[in-house]
This record gives sequence, structure tokens and C-alpha cells, in this order.
Amino acid sequence: MKIFSLTVLGFWLLAVIAGRLLDLHGNDVDLNSVLANPSWQHWFGADDLGRDILARVLRGAEVSFIVAVVVAIVTMTIGVTVGLLAGFYGGKIDKILMQITDIFLAFPGILLAIAFAAVLGPGIINLMLALCLTGWVSYARLTRGQAMSLRQRQHVLAAESIGAKPLRIMLRHIFPLLSSILIVEATYSLASIMIAEASLSFLGLGIQAPNASWGAMLRDAVRYMLVAPHYVLIVGVSLMSLILAINLGGDYLRDKLDIASSINEK
Amino acid sequence: MISRLLNLISVVFGVLVLTFLLIHLVPGDPVEVMLGDSASVTDREALREQLGLNKPLLVQFGTYLNNLAHGDLGQSIHTKTPVIDLFKTRYPASIKLAFLSLIIGIVIGVPLGVYAALKAGHWQDLVVTIISVRLSAMPVFWLGPMLMLVFAVWLGWLPVSGMDEPTSIILPALTLGFGLSAILTRMTRTSLLEVLNDDFIRTARAKGLSETRVIVRHALRAALLPIVTIVGLQMGSLLAGTVITETIFSWDGIGRLLVESIEKRDYPVTQACVLAVALSYVVINLFTDVVYRLVDPRVRHAQAR
Repeated sequence: MKIFSLTVLGFWLLAVIAGRLLDLHGNDVDLNSVLANPSWQHWFGADDLGRDILARVLRGAEVSFIVAVVVAIVTMTIGVTVGLLAGFYGGKIDKILMQITDIFLAFPGILLAIAFAAVLGPGIINLMLALCLTGWVSYARLTRGQAMSLRQRQHVLAAESIGAKPLRIMLRHIFPLLSSILIVEATYSLASIMIAEASLSFLGLGIQAPNASWGAMLRDAVRYMLVAPHYVLIVGVSLMSLILAINLGGDYLRDKLDIASSINEK
Repeated sequence: MISRLLNLISVVFGVLVLTFLLIHLVPGDPVEVMLGDSASVTDREALREQLGLNKPLLVQFGTYLNNLAHGDLGQSIHTKTPVIDLFKTRYPASIKLAFLSLIIGIVIGVPLGVYAALKAGHWQDLVVTIISVRLSAMPVFWLGPMLMLVFAVWLGWLPVSGMDEPTSIILPALTLGFGLSAILTRMTRTSLLEVLNDDFIRTARAKGLSETRVIVRHALRAALLPIVTIVGLQMGSLLAGTVITETIFSWDGIGRLLVESIEKRDYPVTQACVLAVALSYVVINLFTDVVYRLVDPRVRHAQAR
């Protein structure tokens, strides 16, 4: 499990870096090789504009990685802050903050993201904005629950009794105990953000042409499926291998860090 | 039930406000975005007048609610068709698709879950669990094209896309149904395993009931509650999945209409679609609550008391 996950992730990372170093041109149009089958010149074939699919898959992977990491960091920061405040102070602050998260939770995240992206207009920045706006909620929920129970721990009470400031308690005494559960949640969320990014790009709301993204490529591939079935197969297998590897990595971390399976049962 | 209803009303009101504000959240001038740079000043003014954007916000909201109450969802700015007419064909198509995939999800998911639970610890259980866990992690926009590739392109059994033939619905419904069935398999397995060790199951077996009867009438019935909850919770992602699946398979439902309207920047249509999807979600949740009551006598009696 661990070996598979690390191998696949390592492979993609190396491939993306190699693609950068070799300076593959994923946006070069070559009308002589439109929808060409895999060959020595184009290992994975070419797309509907004769662009090299391999180069575009790698560029798409890169974009996917970057979006996932940025969105994961931003959503985690917002979510953990909200969760810590709500869980630590309780009372009115908790009520207000949780009311807000409830409103967000009332609708499926991707649907909200579609609505946001529709309003903000397509593009990578707006895409990330839409994903951030909807993604922080699960972190907030998770952190709040944990913080509430950690708040009653003796070391927290002890710190409080010797007059430690709330901020210090939250950052030094509660947050470190949350780190393992957050690492696991963040790993899973990388996969779900990649899926969300690809979904929005698939719908034409994410990364815009001519730049490559797996969602948009899959959409084009579906259009030319009858003529060039290898296109959809390559993008599909790429996507599956990456998502699978990340989720297996998450499972591994979860077992390793010994966290109750409640996270995975969403 | 009263508080539930009040909650529902506040959610519906929130949805109405949000969809109303949708057009106002557009960065810049929505009229300019919709018509493009080439539109003449008179065209712009006409559209502004038509959408009522030149009136105060509160008046606009009042008009919006009033129109809704009269079944007027606005009209498309490109084709000038009233949105309600578009909905008359689009909405049933979406419902048909969602309903069929729900059935597929249940028909595949529940028996597989029961099977896995009965074989718990054996290799059959492991295979079913692994497949269902991995399948549920895959997005519909991956599963859809893959199914299309295998069954429509390679095997040629089913139409690729569109909705001309009666068999056209099979692939999109399978796409949506598989994901749901994977989640149901896992839930059924877990929930059934918990119940199987209970005293009443031992009693049922001790009094000599057939194993089928023990599982179906006694165990599965008790295990049904968490399953219903999950189905209800999953309806949200099913709705979102509908949007993408309809786009993949050119299925003319609300989801595809939503995507098309976003592409064309046809905001009145987008607004109406978002409203329709959100309201459907609210209604489904209410419906889940009702089913919950039917399935679990405890909930019913707690209410009556």
C-alpha cells in the first residue's frame, strides 16, 4: 500500500519535473498530427489540435498539484482558525461560527463551487477562490470537535491556571495535538481538491484554454472518443492513478498515526 | 416537526436571497458581461430595464419574489424563451435520470453490502470492500467517459450520448448509480455487521427461522436506518454529479442547462437553475426525514409522545 502510493506519487513528481526540464511544449499546435495515435514522436499521441498529449498530461498534473496544495493550505488555515476559536471559546462565538459553517454544509461543496465559479467567471484564480470559499468548512468542523475535547485536558487546564494567554494555549497546547489528524485530513483533501478542480475545468469553469488541465482534457477527449479512444484512456488512467495513490497514502498515514476511521467514512 | 418546518422555511428564504443576489455578485456590470462590448447603448438600457436592474435593490427583490409566486422564472436573454418552458422538458429528464441511478445504486449496493457482511473476514469481503472504497473515490467525470469508452465505443452495446433512444439513459444512470452503490455497499456492510451480533438475531436464529428470513426481515430492517440517512446525505452529491453526468452524455436536463447558461452568460437561466437545484435538495432532505420516520418506529413514537 505504502510502496504503491509512494511509487506512483514519486513517478508523477519526477515526470512533472522532467517535463519542465525538457521544456516540453504542450501548447504547440501541429495540424499534421491531429488526433494522432501514440508513436515515437508523440508517446501518448496527439490531441484535436495536434498538441502532444504527454506534455499536456504533465502540465495538467503540475497545475493540479499546485492548485491542490495552495487550496489545501488556505482552507486548512481558515478552517483550523475558525475551529479553534469556536472550540476553545464555546458559547456565542461557537454558535455564530457553527451557524455559518452549517449554511455552507447545507449544500454540496462542488455545487457551491460551481455557483461561485459561475458568478466570478472562469480562470485559475477564481477557481481557487471558489474552492477555498467552500473547502474550509470540513476543517472547521473537525478542529472544533477536537478542540472542544482537548480543551478539557489537564495540561490545558494547567496552562490556563498559571495564566497562559488564550492564543498561546491554542497554538502551543491544543494545536500540536491536532497535527496528526490534520495531516491525514489534508492528504485526503488533496485528492478531493484535485477532483473538484478537474470537475470545474471539465465544465469549462476552471483553467482556460490553451492551458492544459486534466478536467478540460477529459472533456475534449470525450468529444473525440470515437476517433481517438487512446486520448480518453490516457487522461483517465492518469487521473485514476494519482487519486488512488493519494487516497492510499492517506489510508497509510491514518493507520500509521492511529486515527479512528471516522475521517474516511464521509 | 414544527421546528423542522421553520428551519426549512429559513433555508428556502436563504436560497431565494442567494439566487437573487447571484446576478448582483457578478464583477462589473452584468448587462455588459451578458451582451458583450459590441452591444449598443439602447440594447443595454433595454436589457437593464427588462431585468429591472435600474430599480432599488429591495424593489427588485420584491419583484423577483412576486414573479416567482406567479411561476415566472424570467426568460433567457438569448432565445427569449421563458425559463419555465425550458424547465417543463428539462426538469423531468433530470428527475428520471436521478431516480434511475438511485435505484441502480440501491439494487447493486445493498445486496453487495449484505454479501460482504455475511462473508466478513473472507476474501470475498475484502474484494467487495476494496472495489467499493476505490470506486466511491472516483469522480463521475472519470467513470462516465470510461463506461462510455467500454460499452459504447469498444463493445458498441449502447448509444454514446444524447437522448434519442430509450437505451440512452443506461450509461448516465450507471455512471451516477455506481458511485452511490459503492457508498451504499460500505454502509450496508458496516451497519449490518453491527446488528448481526445483537441478541435479537440470536433469538431469531434460535427459534429456527431460515437464515434468509433472519437476514432480510430481522437484521436488514434494523440496519436500514443508517443506510437511509446515507442515501439522503448522498443526494446532494448525486445532484452535483447530475450536472456533470448530463454534460458528459449530452442529457438535456437541468444540470446541462445550468452549464450551458453559464457558458453563454445567460444569468436569468443560471439563476433559475441554481434555484431549482437548491430547492430540489431541500425537498429531498425533507423527504429523507419522512422516510426516516417510516423506517424507524422509535422516531415516530418519540414524536407522538
